[in-house]
Amino acid sequence: MNKIKCECGHINPEGTVLCESCGKPVEQNQHIDGNKHNKLLNMRYDGSARRSQTYNKSFVDKIWNFFSSVKVGVWLIAITLLASSLGTIFPQEMNNQSALPADEYYEVNYGLAGKIYYQLGFHDLYGSWWYMLLIASIGISLVICSIDRVVPLYRALKKQKPVRHESFLKRQRVFGEAENVTDEEKATLLKQLKERRFKVMEQDGHLLAEKGRFSRWGPYVNHIGLIIFLIGALLRFVPAMYVDEQLWVREGETEVIPGTEGEYYIKNEDFFVEVYDENDERYKEAIQKEGGSVPKNYQTDAVLYQRTDDSLPGAEPELEKVKEGSIQVNRPLKIDGFGLYQTTYQLNEFKSMSFKLHEKGDPNEESLGEITVDLIDPKKEYKLDNGYRVVLDKYYPEFKMENGEPITESKYPRNPALVFNIYTPENPNEPEVSMLGVGFNIDPSESNDYKLGITNVEMRDVTGLTITKDLTLPILGLGGFIFMIGVIQGMYWNHRRIWVQPRENGLWIAGHTNKNWYGLKRDIQQVIAGTSIPEPNDQLERKE
Amino acid sequence: MANKNKKKNRLIFRIIVLIVLAAATVFALYSTLTKGDQEVIREGDQAPNFQLKTVNMEQDTLSLGELEGKGVMLNFWGTWCPPCKKEMPYMQELYPEYKEKGVEIVAVSLDDSRLVIEDFLNDYGLTFPILHDKTYQVNDAYGVGYLPATFFINEDGEVVNKVVGGLTLDKLEGHLQEIVPES
Repeated sequence: MNKIKCECGHINPEGTVLCESCGKPVEQNQHIDGNKHNKLLNMRYDGSARRSQTYNKSFVDKIWNFFSSVKVGVWLIAITLLASSLGTIFPQEMNNQSALPADEYYEVNYGLAGKIYYQLGFHDLYGSWWYMLLIASIGISLVICSIDRVVPLYRALKKQKPVRHESFLKRQRVFGEAENVTDEEKATLLKQLKERRFKVMEQDGHLLAEKGRFSRWGPYVNHIGLIIFLIGALLRFVPAMYVDEQLWVREGETEVIPGTEGEYYIKNEDFFVEVYDENDERYKEAIQKEGGSVPKNYQTDAVLYQRTDDSLPGAEPELEKVKEGSIQVNRPLKIDGFGLYQTTYQLNEFKSMSFKLHEKGDPNEESLGEITVDLIDPKKEYKLDNGYRVVLDKYYPEFKMENGEPITESKYPRNPALVFNIYTPENPNEPEVSMLGVGFNIDPSESNDYKLGITNVEMRDVTGLTITKDLTLPILGLGGFIFMIGVIQGMYWNHRRIWVQPRENGLWIAGHTNKNWYGLKRDIQQVIAGTSIPEPNDQLERKE
Repeated sequence: MANKNKKKNRLIFRIIVLIVLAAATVFALYSTLTKGDQEVIREGDQAPNFQLKTVNMEQDTLSLGELEGKGVMLNFWGTWCPPCKKEMPYMQELYPEYKEKGVEIVAVSLDDSRLVIEDFLNDYGLTFPILHDKTYQVNDAYGVGYLPATFFINEDGEVVNKVVGGLTLDKLEGHLQEIVPES
């Protein structure tokens, strides 16, 4: 790398705009950032070299330079924002309830636009490879931009000396000349600088008063926050760090909790929905306005078990009760970092049906015996007193007729139908057949002497739970917190510097700040109060 | 010299930073694109062991490990699933022949009630082992989504073929031939 020697003797790295030592504009580099003679100095990064900008050597350097450009970073953010907004034109795949698969859904519903939308991956924006790549590029740009600027800025601010080149002072935005300044006035100036809580450095009568330097690090601090946040988001892909699963549990059943690798099981003891009392004086009006029942509580009473053996999948596990409690909306049951949240439910699935056997012609339907069929795990044969026997010949959990054949549509007892063979003491080998279901009781041969009548139906509810585990939250929180510190640091403070240079018969005074020029000027007014030093000009204002 | 070292150090630093960032990007991309696939058993994978209650065998439970050394056709099905019902007779037709050759057909039913499975296999006259995965644990271990799903596992326990959807008699026989043990 070439070095540039300034007339003050300091050797600057290539690309330096203002000499690190004396602040004189580096001749060759005045083209950089429009740094021309007649203009004010560009004080960005304090004129230090953002080195990668000025040379292009190896392949690695080229990649580095690409990402170190703020312009590139801004473009990446703009493109990401555009893509994110385009992603809201049609619903995201995960939010649409359609039974159609995504590759048909978008074309069917939105025509050609929908097809293109799907093919470009907008339907699952946050899972599409190019969107991920954009986010990753922003992250890379953030890291490289920061590294590329924070080091030179640190060097420049660390190395700054009170003695600056004439042209450095002259070409500051706030600049003023004073003649006939007495030593007392200079002492007052120094005293008032210190009173205004400036940190003053002195060298051969040259002064550098500085305050709020730490606010210059604000942007870099919030970059660090963002980077930590991105790392947290990245860790969500690690299975042990982040779990988000769904689980349906029927009342009375025990299910393995997904995401726990078969370690934890949950039993649904009871699920219920409570509604507000319609006669409650306080709520009466509101409930009527809503048109009836307003839910008050959704609750699953659950027992959690831990497996104590190391059995294979499918094998009956040995379970040990570890916890018991209720799950309500926003009140999860927690175990080992997993939270079980109440998300949805289904009411009234058939659980069991009870029947009584009676003679068909009996007007009193006197019971010859009762049976209860567990619809989850029915028995084959039910023996009654007096030699009667009922055999469950066929069972259709979700009954439907298709092409004249009875079939079941699922394994869940949503519309149970049962075919019974009834053996009587009179005819122990020739059964009477009857078929029962919801809303029908058929005697196919129409010659039965006996009839089974439904006496009772037991229902059960199904609870829908969401299982989450998120170990990345503390990291995301930390990232957000550091980001906010950075924002506050850069927003509520500003970096002010005042240079004072002794001249033959007076002094020059110049000031620079990264923002709030009004504040700087007011600082200077107060610092020169009581002296004959005239208020410096704002050279930007004068020109306009 | 110092200058040259500095330059070299800078290059190394940049390479390290870029590699770390690229690795993070690749990790994120890979994780997103394979999300949900991780638990799916595919061709070439080792078939996970399991143990299930039997429906039509003398022994109470059967594990895949017990069938070591045999080719195994592992079929996931349910009585409510029409294509599952359709391929059952084909499986029954080929079963005796391939049992001789060292291939076991194992059908894992995902039904809730055992009675329904028993009725079904009586109606269809099925003699190959039927297992009952009431809790879906084996189904989940194999990442089965649609029924029927069939895994053809060779004598070394490796999944040679995975077929989602119903099989014809010809296709079934072709796949069975591939998992006949060599010895």
